[in-house]
Amino acid sequence: MGEVNAGGALDRREVVKTLLDGRKDLLVVTGLGSPSYDVMAAGDHDNNYYLWAAMGSAAMVGLGLATAKPDHSVLVVTGDGEMLMGMGALATIATRRPANLTIAVLDNGHFGETGMQVSHAGMGVNLDKVAQSCGFGWTREIRDMAGVEDLRTRLASRDGVKLATIKVKAENPPRVLPPRDGVHVKNRFRAALGHASI
Amino acid sequence: MSDAGEGPSEQAGWRRDVFDILKAADVKHIVYVPDAGHSTAIRLATEDNTINSVVLTTEEEGIGYLAGAWLGGERGALLMQSSGVGNCINTLALQTCTRFPLLMVVTMRGDWAEFNGWQNPMGQATERALNLMGVLTWRADEPQDVAPLLRGAASMAFNGDSACALLLGQRLIGEKQWVK
Repeated sequence: MGEVNAGGALDRREVVKTLLDGRKDLLVVTGLGSPSYDVMAAGDHDNNYYLWAAMGSAAMVGLGLATAKPDHSVLVVTGDGEMLMGMGALATIATRRPANLTIAVLDNGHFGETGMQVSHAGMGVNLDKVAQSCGFGWTREIRDMAGVEDLRTRLASRDGVKLATIKVKAENPPRVLPPRDGVHVKNRFRAALGHASI
Repeated sequence: MSDAGEGPSEQAGWRRDVFDILKAADVKHIVYVPDAGHSTAIRLATEDNTINSVVLTTEEEGIGYLAGAWLGGERGALLMQSSGVGNCINTLALQTCTRFPLLMVVTMRGDWAEFNGWQNPMGQATERALNLMGVLTWRADEPQDVAPLLRGAASMAFNGDSACALLLGQRLIGEKQWVK
């Protein structure tokens, strides 16, 4: 705590592309802002659910989905600012211990969408340590691509709730915008899982 | 199921009705920030192994959770006190923009015979705040109204992909005893 620890050296687009490589039936929830663009840049998919608002909610959407779909792996891809707004969710998730849920926090230590102001993570708050303290079974701070590859192999294991902070560069790659029609994305996602619209 | 700790009013009546209606509506997830008025429903949910009962650190977590559960094909409900409605306002956009059944049961404070005036600002704004965000609302102040109003709210939430809230008035719940 207290030291400046703003982001890291990894390329967020390369990180997300690597995590989603060979994804099969992985279900993906994205936090608003850059993580949504990163997941879209890796390729739109029926099993993607992109948030454009409700900052702080990505991890909880992941928890509800993981609880309803225990036979699927669920990956939440979000940023440090989005996770910080819903940090209490880490306590709630830890009490539920969803074995099939992984949260990947793309931590650039900044609020990238609003002008790159330094975030709490950039000032030394370690979200992986928060998750560990809450009781997550597996937590890591990842600073190299070998760590990202290791995380990817763990997504399918469904052997305990996981959170990794992945230290990425504080930069905004060109935006790749996912669909903004939330009803469409929701119905597409549900249809891919065999659930009819009302 | 044990009756230990249950008063006569818990074995029947509106407190029990809340749980029974949610169960009959095929709710698989009851997510909540505790309130005394919800204690029977919370206890019954916790004892029911077909229902995921999830305690939240703040009420808006429940909106994200229920959006996710619905993506996975399952129904839920959010139980909270009126003060928690204030915490939910921005997150209600998730329901408006994606349309999913969001059923909420809200126990009122700052509504009638309130001892703690700090509850009044949010309590007095609760229903209008929900309406401003597009939530359909009903109020129950009599025990016999709880079951039909909650059944109706559940029906409109799950058949209409709507956000629906039943407010349980402070006259229904009873005055909180501050000095015993």
